[in-house]
Amino acid sequence: MDFLIFQAPMLMVQASMDGILLGILFALIAYGMALQWGVMNIINIAQGELVIMGGYIAYFMYLAGIHPAFGIIVSPIVMYFVGWGLYKLVINKVVDRDLFISILATFGISILAQQLMNFAFGADVVVAVSNFGTTMLFDNMVTLPNAKIFSGAVCIMSAIILVIYMKKSKLGRAIRATAQNARAAKILGVDTEKVYAATFGLNAALCGIAGACIAITFTLHPYTGLPYTVRSFMIVIIAGLGNLPAVAISGMGLGIFEEWADYLLGTEFRIAAVFSLLVLILVYRRFKLARKREYLK
Amino acid sequence: MKKVYRYLVTFVSVIVLTIVSTTVSFSKVVGDKIILGAAVSLTGKYSSNGVHTQNGYNLAVERINSMGGVKVGGKNYKFEIIYYDDESNSGRAAQLAERLIKQDGVQFMLGPYSSGLTKAMAPVTEKYGIPMVEANGASRSLFTKGYKYLFAVLAPANLYLDVAITTAVELNGGKPVKIAMAFEQDAFSQDVRLGILDAAERTGSKIIIDDKLPKELNDMAATLSKVKATKPDVLVVSGHTKGALTAIRQISEMKVDVPMLAMTHCDAAKLSKQHGKAAEYALCASQWHKSLSYKDKYFGGGMKYAADFNSMFGYEPPYQAAESSAALLVYKDAFERANSFDTTKVRDALAATDMQTFYGNIKFAEGGQNVSKPMVLFQVICDDSGKCENKVVAPLKWASAELVHPIPSWSKR
Repeated sequence: MDFLIFQAPMLMVQASMDGILLGILFALIAYGMALQWGVMNIINIAQGELVIMGGYIAYFMYLAGIHPAFGIIVSPIVMYFVGWGLYKLVINKVVDRDLFISILATFGISILAQQLMNFAFGADVVVAVSNFGTTMLFDNMVTLPNAKIFSGAVCIMSAIILVIYMKKSKLGRAIRATAQNARAAKILGVDTEKVYAATFGLNAALCGIAGACIAITFTLHPYTGLPYTVRSFMIVIIAGLGNLPAVAISGMGLGIFEEWADYLLGTEFRIAAVFSLLVLILVYRRFKLARKREYLK
Repeated sequence: MKKVYRYLVTFVSVIVLTIVSTTVSFSKVVGDKIILGAAVSLTGKYSSNGVHTQNGYNLAVERINSMGGVKVGGKNYKFEIIYYDDESNSGRAAQLAERLIKQDGVQFMLGPYSSGLTKAMAPVTEKYGIPMVEANGASRSLFTKGYKYLFAVLAPANLYLDVAITTAVELNGGKPVKIAMAFEQDAFSQDVRLGILDAAERTGSKIIIDDKLPKELNDMAATLSKVKATKPDVLVVSGHTKGALTAIRQISEMKVDVPMLAMTHCDAAKLSKQHGKAAEYALCASQWHKSLSYKDKYFGGGMKYAADFNSMFGYEPPYQAAESSAALLVYKDAFERANSFDTTKVRDALAATDMQTFYGNIKFAEGGQNVSKPMVLFQVICDDSGKCENKVVAPLKWASAELVHPIPSWSKR
């Protein structure tokens, strides 16, 4: 047991690949969170519920006989309007208030969404089967589900498209301007209200894509949103706001670290290991900052 | 004058409130009705199984009442159940137990769904000396606390997968086997794990992987990598429906070959329906299966129960429904033997229960658990058209199909 790493070194490759594919998925959700945190200064506790909602859209397509992979197209479109509607209903009332108020508001949304989904979709754990098969590498030692590879590719693609969109499009420019200084942007004619609604919608759409991927790679249940919220929150804390490459790297890094910890230490230490790493990173950052501060004195 | 009037209003309302709150109590038996109390999860995360539980109770009530009811002291009584929704929340369940007993005056309780909620309610019923016959709490810790008024018609959690290890050792020619375990970190799954530890010790088997899955996890890739590296003879998984679905998805996607795969909650997870052929050959622990040959006069046998349940509720009964129906049969039997509605007498009669129902034999041990009904294992078997069915394969006495062992490797499927 203790020497698994020597017994089957090839499986470390497996663990790393699993970690990367898992990390990419979390990174996409985290990117959505970082985006609206940066622009609107809102920490969205309901992030995980948006993900699960997106997953159910793909699941219902699967039930209707459509291949669930098409969920990555339908789900973000539907979720964009869900996010937009949420903004108009609730978020616009808390957007320029204290951070604490927005946490409370989104926490409320998250509970409401859980209960509504449970009511509407039932309390059964469900999966959508993609029948994508498996890729075997290194003499069948490393097996990668194609569904996971597919989700990884989709997440990378959507992240790239989003970056280009933010750089080139008019709305993207407006979003970036609002993030820098909302008041100045307003003075210069940016309709910040519209920008906020679009940002929240974009975030929900990203969650929709991730949810559709989760429907074909993992399982769905109305109450399983929280881990996605927590994980994306963590990634954003490590990576910082508005820094997409950092989000991607910290997402994948955490994924690999998590799988390795599981593989080498045992599953019970998996989450403990990730959180200990988070604490270490935060402490290290503090020391680094403290040193900088001394410099300034 | 106004002041006096105000005092008068306060005074009168206090008196009215006092009277109202003390006289709402029904007694345990109203007219020809025996009132039972139950808090089940009609909403929240256990709502599907909560509904199975309620349907099981209702079917049995309907059947017993239509066949003459319960005969106590020469008079025929009918069952009636007061339901509350516990919202799948253990705090709420304990509250509702208080309410049923103190406000509604219920003196006989039926159990909720899940070990956790039963654990929350048992101290309350125990405090008031109210008998509770429960059908959906299997956790071992329920039966080690010395509760006197708790009776469970189902086999305790530590016996769920015991028979799988026994079978694996038998098939290995009586020689010990290598066991890999992956259990979720909740009370129920950890009890199942303790049962496996006992079985391993008894058979001299070796446990080579012992993973405890975090509750929020739906990824078992690392555990399965370990299974690939160490090649155990048996892989045992328990993590409710999510664990079962995740295990099947990832085992089939990662093409993990293992001679025997045993788990819990397969029928609740609708494995054969949701995963189809990918779930083939999985062994599942079950409290009950309709093909078992137990009989009683109310439901006939398992097949007939399944047909009746299906015609009333429109779906095949999972074992959660069957065991819930059995709880009512136990109550009926105990009332008639006690020939009284005195809670202590009924409790003693319950403790002395020794009967057969369509669900299985019921006889309670000291701690209140049912020890005379073994668990069964079924295997998911698919035909060529891809239609999958659960067939009982162990214990041999009830087997309706032969166990496929070892599981053919993925390259040959």
